[in-house]
Amino acid sequence: MTTDIVPDAVAEDSHGGHGEYHQDTAFQPRANRIGLWMFIFSECFLFAAFLAARFYSTGTYRPEGLNQALALTLTMVLLVSSISAYLAEVSIKYNHRRNFKLFTIVTILLGFVFLAGVAVELTEAIQHYPPETPYGTSYFMLIGLHAFHVFSGIVALFIVLFLGFRGHFGSSDYWGAEGVVKYWHFVDLAWVIIYPTLYLF
Amino acid sequence: MKYIFRASVLAFVGYVAGIWLTVTIRGGSPTDEVAVIFGFILGLIGWLSGIGGLEAFGRQWMGKKPKTSPEKGWTRYFEFSIDHKVIGIQYGVTFITVLLIGGIGAMLMRIELASAGQGILDLDDFNKVVSMHGILMVAVAVAGILGAFGNYIIPIQVGASDMAFPRLNALAFWLVPPVAIALLGAPFLGAFNAGWTSYAPLSVTNESGQILFNLAIITFGLSSILGGINVLVTIITMRAPGMTWGRLPIFSWACFAASLLSFCVTQFFAASLILVTMDRVAGTSFFGPDVGTGLLFEHIFWFYSHPAVYIMVLPGFGVILELVPTFARKPLFAYKAAVVGMLSIVGLSVVVWAHHMFTSGMADFLHGPFMILTEAISVPTGLVFLSMIGTLWMGRLWFRTPLLLAFGWLFNFLIGGITGIFLADVATDIHLHDTYYVVAHFHYTIVGGSIFGLLAALFYWFPKFTGRMYNERLGQIFAVWVTVMFNFTFIPLFWVGINGMNRRIGDYPEAFQGANRFASISALILGASFLLLIGNLLYSAIKGPKAGPNPWNSRTLEWQVSSPPPQHNFTSQPRIVGHPYDYGVEGSLYAVFDEAGAGESAELEGSPA
Repeated sequence: MTTDIVPDAVAEDSHGGHGEYHQDTAFQPRANRIGLWMFIFSECFLFAAFLAARFYSTGTYRPEGLNQALALTLTMVLLVSSISAYLAEVSIKYNHRRNFKLFTIVTILLGFVFLAGVAVELTEAIQHYPPETPYGTSYFMLIGLHAFHVFSGIVALFIVLFLGFRGHFGSSDYWGAEGVVKYWHFVDLAWVIIYPTLYLF
Repeated sequence: MKYIFRASVLAFVGYVAGIWLTVTIRGGSPTDEVAVIFGFILGLIGWLSGIGGLEAFGRQWMGKKPKTSPEKGWTRYFEFSIDHKVIGIQYGVTFITVLLIGGIGAMLMRIELASAGQGILDLDDFNKVVSMHGILMVAVAVAGILGAFGNYIIPIQVGASDMAFPRLNALAFWLVPPVAIALLGAPFLGAFNAGWTSYAPLSVTNESGQILFNLAIITFGLSSILGGINVLVTIITMRAPGMTWGRLPIFSWACFAASLLSFCVTQFFAASLILVTMDRVAGTSFFGPDVGTGLLFEHIFWFYSHPAVYIMVLPGFGVILELVPTFARKPLFAYKAAVVGMLSIVGLSVVVWAHHMFTSGMADFLHGPFMILTEAISVPTGLVFLSMIGTLWMGRLWFRTPLLLAFGWLFNFLIGGITGIFLADVATDIHLHDTYYVVAHFHYTIVGGSIFGLLAALFYWFPKFTGRMYNERLGQIFAVWVTVMFNFTFIPLFWVGINGMNRRIGDYPEAFQGANRFASISALILGASFLLLIGNLLYSAIKGPKAGPNPWNSRTLEWQVSSPPPQHNFTSQPRIVGHPYDYGVEGSLYAVFDEAGAGESAELEGSPA
């Protein structure tokens, strides 16, 4: 990762006249990376709190009738989307704009598939173990929190894709794409912890 | 002002739209909690867009160049300014206002408690006032020093032109006014009466004002986390050349430690309140009769809220250690020990939370470890005291208001620390739990540790903020007044607490009346002292004598630039060559300003130099 490449055009642009923003985000990749990692670290604690609540209130109990096949499929979908997100990041790093757009679209689609699966999951869950039950309480909380993160990740991916179509990003400045992809990996990782917590223990 | 107007309109539109959408889709009344939640979320989005989020973030997402408000003129204080100095002042004014509002709550409580039996407040209203006072003051203590002085001073102290993420900084500040509005608006939905701790299951079943409390605190938590990350990244990446970690000014170290805590634990308060909110509106049952247990809430809540008291006092430590060498004209004693002490406090503070729950029915075997870990915190705190007293020792003390307040800090926080040992101790805690002893201890630590630090910082950096000097005599009168009256207010409360007077109840046995009346009268006199503070500072900010760049002869970087500092802080690049606190050391140099680098630096900032 290069940390000091600032294309002159960007540096010039971002130090424009009065009232302009004088410290562009592209100007400081190192600070951005540290900041993002801290944000992700901070998010981990949020998930930790809810995971702790699940184990505290219901231990490792899980009811009969969980749709294991669907959950496993969704896990696969999300893991594959992580790969495509990674490919998108690498593509833009090497200036392959077409692949970048392609893989971002694939990631977004996989994200939507995941959300659709979650919707199916929740409609089933509401019959077998509604939120009032001990397991249902933790289940809806964790799934809901994670789905919210997936949704916000998709929104961010859309912004990156839009900017990609507008001709932004390139091998010297792809922080926006990189940041969103890192966030996406984090969302996947959170699922990798939540999935066994709800389905496998 | 146009942005404030636009933000208010959009916030109102968002709020109404959220409620309307919910009512249309889901049915029910517009004061339903679900409707309030969506109204608040859309209102918040409207507010942030209107105040400048559209220009600062939205434009970038649309592929255009972000814009922020102009960098001159007094209206920038009401706009989405990315200048850390403006944001610092914004935080400062906001939190001093909140402090005064919270203070009015305290006065109401003390008037009610001046005599046994019911006075001006009935018992439920008393609980509501207690809750409001609690949460407002906690907010001031958590973010007062970090927000105001952290934002204003840290970038200058480390030799940077701004924070690492200026737009995020502005966003973190502009999240605060909706928090204040939601909290102060809660009485319209029946207020909240569960205390600032809002223990479940009471907070699940009380009136709808609680939902505004939850939303406000979750938002405030987000603001704290973003602010904390910003401070950390600024200190990590933007230090001036030559500023090694061993040369970082102690105030920056303290804010670093506090931010480290704040970005790791703040989400636990949010998490506990999200659980409460879900129980209220989504039908989950974390704290319901079948499954749940209030103990879960207490664990998650205190996992934030115990470290939170260190988020409150660590910047206070920093302020005091920062100004003591200046006014003792001596090098800071045991700088490294103080830094190690503060970082150890960060580590230890996250493993002591359950000492709040000795009487809550937690497993017995946990009592011992939590007692010992809690008492162990006094060791690193002792290092900070060692550093402070070692610096004062044999110093040539210069008794100005900041130093007087530092002595007040020393005395009060010492009492707070010593009385804390009896609360950490399981055997005595079972007697003292939930009495006024706890109230007195808590106020000695937080007012003593954080608010006195805030006041000292206010006087110490006032010349830097305004370029003018406050009235020294009035300042000294204030410092003595506030310290003495604070002690007169809270020492009697130790006594009534030990004798068993319950806290959070607006009534008490006749036997405690004498002590309570004494405390109430002292509290009113204490409250009046703040009029002197505000009058002094407001008058001096406009009419005070010019202070010059360095009225205290301090060595740190913020005093080497003009008062108030120029737009991007430095006209030439500072280079650090020595230790910041070597007062009176022959020939020691702290910072040199590279004239060679001046042109380059000016060009980099785009400032007219």
